[in-house]
Amino acid sequence: MLDILDIALLFFMAVTAISILRLKNLFAVVMLGGIYSLLSALIFVNLDAVDVAFTEAAVGAGISTVLMLGTLALTSREEKQEKKPSHKIWLPLMVCIATGAALVYGTLDMPRYGDPNAPIHKHVAPRYINDSMDEVGMPNIVTSVLASYRGFDTLGETTVVFTAVVGVLILLTGRRRRDKREPTLEELEEQEEEV
Amino acid sequence: MESFTFLSPGLYNYWIVIFLMMVGFYIVISRGNLVKKLVGLNIFQTSVFVLYISMGKVEGGTAPIFGEGFETFSNPLPHVLILTAIVVGIATTALGLALVVRIREEYGTIEEDDIQAQEDETR
Repeated sequence: MLDILDIALLFFMAVTAISILRLKNLFAVVMLGGIYSLLSALIFVNLDAVDVAFTEAAVGAGISTVLMLGTLALTSREEKQEKKPSHKIWLPLMVCIATGAALVYGTLDMPRYGDPNAPIHKHVAPRYINDSMDEVGMPNIVTSVLASYRGFDTLGETTVVFTAVVGVLILLTGRRRRDKREPTLEELEEQEEEV
Repeated sequence: MESFTFLSPGLYNYWIVIFLMMVGFYIVISRGNLVKKLVGLNIFQTSVFVLYISMGKVEGGTAPIFGEGFETFSNPLPHVLILTAIVVGIATTALGLALVVRIREEYGTIEEDDIQAQEDETR
């Protein structure tokens, strides 16, 4: 029963991705991006990753969509309509098909869905599942691993987020000042000619 | 019995993930609009999340939270890695969008072709 859910939700995700590829209206593209994230959150619930589902629904479907909409408000809502020469379509398509075929070939060796004997379940995971209650004392194993066993990961994540925030602030502060005396394209061309 | 295993997901999750990955990749390399490129990047990213979480699933397992009457748990390690990845992903997306806003201010457009044309003119 849950497997049917898994198959159906993944199919919906594929349909959403194709719609995003084909649409020209950027507002619709961003909204479908939110739906795509929400569908992936549903898949995470189905695959027992409830913490990841919370985060994906809040961050991926929520904050990400808001940021994208904010960008659209500052830029434009429509993708430019254009007829591309055919070689510009075929080259990326061929690259994608070749890469995809190589990846599908790579999956043929992978353990099947839900296989409890897969190598991924043999390494550190048993330690987390068997001992984390005594060693850390949290009922939620994901919390124990995140905050204790792999605490340095979280430290690195914080560094990345800090760097990104600094970058965003550097890029976006001082915008107002520049807006007031923003030269138009014609003015720039006149300056070029004078030089 | 073989026919039943064919009906269960098997490798289906991985194949859909690869399909989504390639759709995202195609959007990134073939579309000229910068916002659409970032949406494509997000599609790619989320497909990788689904790949990791699919690998952590154990048949008959539950969410990795201790409770009365639960013995089998899915692997918590991919969950932790992907929690970190989601937060890092939103940080990089925000940085990319800030760059798009700045590019729009400089060039008045977010289409790659137009930006290239302006660059060629001023050169």
